Amino acid sequence: MRFSARGNVIKIHEYQAKELMSRYGIQIPEGDTASDPEQTALLISHLGPPTIVKAQIHAGGRGIGGGIKFANSPEEGRGIAEGLIGSHLITNQTGAQGAIVHKLLVEKTVAIKREMYLACVIDRSSQGPLLIVSPTGGMDIEKIAATQPEKILRVPIDLGAGFQPYQSRNICRFLNLDPKFIRAIFDLMTSVCGLFIENDCSLVEINPLVLDERDCLIALDAKIDFDDDALFRHMRLSNFRDASQQEELERQATEAGVAYVKLDGTVGCLVNGAGLAMATMDLAHGVGAEPANFLDVGGSATIEKIAAAVKIMLSDTNVTIILVNIFGGILRCDILAEGIVKAFRDIGSTLPLVVRMSGTNVEAGTRILFESKLDVSFASTLRELEGILSAKYA
Amino acid sequence: MSIFVNNKTRLLVQGITGREGGFHAEQCLTYGTNVVAGVTPGKGGHIVAGKIPVFESVHQAVNETGANVSLIFVPAPFAQDAMLEAVDAGIELIICIAEGVPILDSAKTLNFISKQGARLLGPNCPGIISPAERCKVGIMPGYIHLPGTVGVVSRSGTLSYEAVSQLTALDIGQSTCVGIGGDPLIGTDFVDVLKLFNQDPETELIVLIGEIGGNMEQDAARYIKEYVTKPVAAFIAGATAPTGKRMGHAGAIITGSDGTAAEKKSALETAGVVIIPSPGEIGITVKNMID
Repeated sequence: MRFSARGNVIKIHEYQAKELMSRYGIQIPEGDTASDPEQTALLISHLGPPTIVKAQIHAGGRGIGGGIKFANSPEEGRGIAEGLIGSHLITNQTGAQGAIVHKLLVEKTVAIKREMYLACVIDRSSQGPLLIVSPTGGMDIEKIAATQPEKILRVPIDLGAGFQPYQSRNICRFLNLDPKFIRAIFDLMTSVCGLFIENDCSLVEINPLVLDERDCLIALDAKIDFDDDALFRHMRLSNFRDASQQEELERQATEAGVAYVKLDGTVGCLVNGAGLAMATMDLAHGVGAEPANFLDVGGSATIEKIAAAVKIMLSDTNVTIILVNIFGGILRCDILAEGIVKAFRDIGSTLPLVVRMSGTNVEAGTRILFESKLDVSFASTLRELEGILSAKYA
Repeated sequence: MSIFVNNKTRLLVQGITGREGGFHAEQCLTYGTNVVAGVTPGKGGHIVAGKIPVFESVHQAVNETGANVSLIFVPAPFAQDAMLEAVDAGIELIICIAEGVPILDSAKTLNFISKQGARLLGPNCPGIISPAERCKVGIMPGYIHLPGTVGVVSRSGTLSYEAVSQLTALDIGQSTCVGIGGDPLIGTDFVDVLKLFNQDPETELIVLIGEIGGNMEQDAARYIKEYVTKPVAAFIAGATAPTGKRMGHAGAIITGSDGTAAEKKSALETAGVVIIPSPGEIGITVKNMID
């Protein structure tokens, strides 16, 4: 049960992640950000080529998507910036619409001796932070876990004791690094754990972690995610927010305080409770109708909140039918019905609805929908709901 | 008999003077639960629902009333403090309803709880109910339940209400229904509950409701295969959920191949569990197993 509105989600860019890492003493490549071609060229002449120019978007897959390029001169950098800034970069993680590029990170290239992998996450089984280390850097760690599990070392961190020297010795041996790096690895891991714990992160990833020709350990690429539920105690992180990177409908949902995830199907799903919402999506899929979204309106929703949620669903142009499945407890069915009717009237939508409500004030809710003259089919159980939807998609 | 709670349970409600805490304390009381105390710092001496005394601290409440189970209604940012206070006061079973507890708070709390030998249910769970014992410790609607012999364990609140109503509509009662919670780190998992249901003479059949994310269902499958002698039916939500997107529950996110609904169903099926194909068929599947 949520006692307050859901709402805070912060994702950050690579340059911001590196800024945070740098504050914890983790070495990053020399560089800075640029917002236009002129600045880019200036930065490159200041850093001295060769440099690398990296588009800053909230999605991975930038390399293959054309968002990371080498610039051997300020002029070349200017050209790259002209092509990237203001464009929508499409990668395997952005979806077809891509993500807009406003900033570039320009860095001096690093002479790489070795590439490795390092991440810190929360581990469900050890119930605490877990470092993940691999001698194979620059690759998708999920793929390595699946194909070469022996190349991954998992190091659980005790929240009381912190990272220990023996763990550093083990990591060095596993990475096949000379014992002279034990101290550097200890410092790096201690920094990563400190950054992770002090900022309530859900992910700190350095991929690749490189050893350069001067034998320094450098975070060549960086990704940091935060635990949304802990943002209340890290108010300064809101300076990192970049609204231009969020899917518009998901942004509206965050504002309305409902949990919404856009999908590619045609059946808009309005449900209370995350498990029931997933089950309802599965039910639609089972009769050959693909869900257009995940949407959990939560327990104590008002008419305005329901209306906002329905409007978000209705503004997805793929949606051809709305499926409502509510198990009324704290959420009253009459409030739900009024919210639905309000949204349909405000927008002037004539889409059909299939509604299954049960629990608190179900009679009043049914009457409101019945008298609204909206195109509503009623079901009293999930099996009836399945039957109606199946008939419509037959 | 039942698991975790019964008619001897002496319930304490932390955050009892808040809107949700007050409402649900009264609902539990009406259902028949022995609600002996409430705690809200600064509100000691008040009386809730005409008979529940409010104390300044959990220690006081335990000393005065012998409370042994605590139901926590404080908002997520303060949940860690409330849980640790309950453990420190010697409460044996702590049930944390709040959704949105910072995950590192949960990690630190779980660490302390396991050292003290207490048990945590949740966070982000609806609680627990035993209809035959008239004991409801949570936010689930009491009226949908019926005394009987099916044990229900679920990661999702509303989906467990759905399962219970389908069972009750077919006149199939429940021994105990346990909501373990939708967070990635929780105090009591499927295996803990399966172990107790397996030993409980009142429970003859088990319904397990899982969802995408993590590998708790696979752990359950291994345990069932090895130890559980009673028939088990399972529904897994989230077959249509995309990878990498959080489906409401903080724990419902597919990160590795283990987290998918297909992997979980196949592990459970291998362990001899009956897989419920559609969320509308939970009741009918159990009925067919009984008949």
